[in-house]
Amino acid sequence: MHDMSQPAVQHGAPTSFMGKHIFSLDHKVIGKQYYALALVAAVIGMVLSWLMRLHLGWANLAIPGLHLLSPGGAPGNVMTPEYYLQLMTMHGTIMVFFVLTTAPFAAFGNFFLPIQTGAEDMPFPHFNMMSFWVTFVAFLVMVASFFVPDAPTLGGWTQYAPLSAVGAVAGPGQGMGVVLWAASIGIFCIGQLLGSLNFITTTLDMRCKGMSLMRLPLSAWAWFITAIMALTAFAVLMPACILLILDHVAGTSFFAPSGMVINDQVLPHSGGSTLLWQHLFWFFGHPEVYIAIIPGMGIVSHILVTNMRRPMLSHRVIIYSMGSLAVLSYMVYGHHMFVSGMNPISSLAFSFPTLVITIPSAIIVLIWLGSLYGSKLRINSASLFALGFISMFISGGVSGFFLAQPSLDIMLHATYFVVGHFHLVMAVAAMFGIFAGTYFWFPKMTGRMMNEGLGKAHFILSFIGAYCIFMPFHYLGIAGNVRRYQAFTDDYLIPLIPVHKFITVAAILTGFAQLIFVYNLIYSRFKGVSATDNPWQGTSLEWSTATPPPHNNFGDHMPVVYHDPYQYSVEGASADFIMQTSPEKISSPDEEK
Amino acid sequence: MATTVHEPAKIDLERLPNQGAGNGGWRNLAPAGGDLRRVKDSSPPPASTGIWVGLAAITMTFAAFTSALIVRQGSARDWQHFTLPSVLYLNTLVILFSSVTLEIGRRQVAAFMTGTAPSGAKARQTAPARWLYVTLALGLLFVAGQTFAWLQLRGQGLGLATNISYSFFYVLTVAHALHLFGGLGGMTRVIGKVNHSVLRRSTLNAASLYWHFMGALWLYLLLLLWMKL
Repeated sequence: MHDMSQPAVQHGAPTSFMGKHIFSLDHKVIGKQYYALALVAAVIGMVLSWLMRLHLGWANLAIPGLHLLSPGGAPGNVMTPEYYLQLMTMHGTIMVFFVLTTAPFAAFGNFFLPIQTGAEDMPFPHFNMMSFWVTFVAFLVMVASFFVPDAPTLGGWTQYAPLSAVGAVAGPGQGMGVVLWAASIGIFCIGQLLGSLNFITTTLDMRCKGMSLMRLPLSAWAWFITAIMALTAFAVLMPACILLILDHVAGTSFFAPSGMVINDQVLPHSGGSTLLWQHLFWFFGHPEVYIAIIPGMGIVSHILVTNMRRPMLSHRVIIYSMGSLAVLSYMVYGHHMFVSGMNPISSLAFSFPTLVITIPSAIIVLIWLGSLYGSKLRINSASLFALGFISMFISGGVSGFFLAQPSLDIMLHATYFVVGHFHLVMAVAAMFGIFAGTYFWFPKMTGRMMNEGLGKAHFILSFIGAYCIFMPFHYLGIAGNVRRYQAFTDDYLIPLIPVHKFITVAAILTGFAQLIFVYNLIYSRFKGVSATDNPWQGTSLEWSTATPPPHNNFGDHMPVVYHDPYQYSVEGASADFIMQTSPEKISSPDEEK
Repeated sequence: MATTVHEPAKIDLERLPNQGAGNGGWRNLAPAGGDLRRVKDSSPPPASTGIWVGLAAITMTFAAFTSALIVRQGSARDWQHFTLPSVLYLNTLVILFSSVTLEIGRRQVAAFMTGTAPSGAKARQTAPARWLYVTLALGLLFVAGQTFAWLQLRGQGLGLATNISYSFFYVLTVAHALHLFGGLGGMTRVIGKVNHSVLRRSTLNAASLYWHFMGALWLYLLLLLWMKL
């Protein structure tokens, strides 16, 4: 009945090496390319954080070889204050854009969204290929700024004006460094817009027979919602980057105010609005937090359901909550500007939705916990990292309550409290989502299983390490430890330096623990145990096709979907799971209409 | 807990309207035999949806530019008002007229595709894309007119950095022109496909929608510039 004997190819399978592996139109290859890019970016970002941490613990430490990276920035291998800020800026930028956006959204989404929707590819494969290569060029431009005189920029990943808008006079990296930064991010925006176009259209138009929107797995919903956010957020950041570049290269005054005298030099700009940059940036910036975390929510939900062997308490409420997060994320961006001279009424207007946004977040967390309660969760690397994600999200989210209130935020905003908050709730949680997704989908992506023992060791060390690094940040912040300082010489800060040393040691050890993951990834790719088509006894469409999937995802026959995505432990069923493609009758009231 | 046994969802294997392209449908809509008449319904829905998604992104971009203009104008007293080059009004007529010629061309191509072109209109059957060529030429004329306006201002010593109001004038008009090049590329692609008899209706519709949107966007920008400058 559901046999569709039609040739299931949209574009022929490539035969050349270039067509297969480099300029591929296949969404699966593009997904892997994004993953590889994110992995390289993560290693660079992590090494940068090590360098920063070493400097914070031991301010005059000579780090062997550092002068090779920047002779001017590290004379005698000792980091200058400006170079610390440059490394900090690049760490934040690379991690936020090239890891937290590309891995959970672009990498996994590219590989699995078409398969989970029952499509044979994205609808615009050439745009999809361009999306990756444009992003790759953006990454090259960003990394190139390490090796260009007067670069990289030191203005932080937020690039606040006027520091970012006035040129080289503002300090090392603020000339060509900012231009390269803005050009890279502008190019990155184009790549993500092309990708989002494909994600949205795939979800709306490419679903197979029987695949209603509510039958999509939670991971597919998360990528769909994220794509809508990326489309609207990156479309705003791109013009902001263009205006910033014009302030540099054309002498305009969009963001650079008048009357500035820097380093005894009178600047020619007039009338620019520094707050304008903040509005444009944070209109993108806060949704970006959810662009990084919502895919993780979907991935974790998908993994937990599979390992709990029962559906979430409510499939729909998780979807509605993720949608609410997306909408609210545009209404709260002003909370990043409480200390920027904002009208108190505006502060209130942004504070209220910031508190409200905790409601859908809390609902999702409660559904996770309620669903886990009493379940016989299968403990494996993927489910452990999924639990770790929840733990990090809760720990980081709780500190968000404090920061949502302007009166408290004014005290805490410029301290390490904020650093601890956003690293836990966004960065580490999203990384745990990436790890969970990797352990879960690696068999489908490569045809081989990852080593479970190494995976569990990786989890334990990462989980403990992450808390050792980021929990103390909260205490440092409450103690008044300002962030973005390259050294702590004030009397009240000196007693806190041992805490920084502890964090530095924890960061280096946790970083080395990631070598277990990298080794596992490479070893398993070539020597891992062969995976079956459905190693986790999953129900969604990715488990109904071959491992690894063929070029057109489903071979000669396109799938037909009969059920909701998570039919586990169905009463009267022949097994403890019913795949979406199985025409088996359901004898359960749980299937959502 | 009471349970009910119910049948799996009934699924019609025939392609139904509004059921989505993944319904096994859109891949059988590939151009067949190079015959334009035989591919009249080759309408992959993703192109129809995709164009709206693309237009949403462009709308967000220009909304960002607009909010930047409003905020920046109010943030300091350095805003200079100036008279827009009169060629812009002529350009407005050109781009509006191009939408008319596009619609004429679109109907002719559609009539040719469905084989319903009037019997006396032999010339139109042999050159169904000629009004599309006219549209393309008008588009190029619009870009030339915009270039003339930029050169005219520059000739008066009014450049990008002269004043923030000029900055916004150049940014908005150049950004629109760059997006219009996308429309010119789309039109060229459509003409090429018509000439090779492999046009999909969705491609024609998407390119047309984009072109009309460029016209509407220009009207909006002109109004914004006229009000603010």
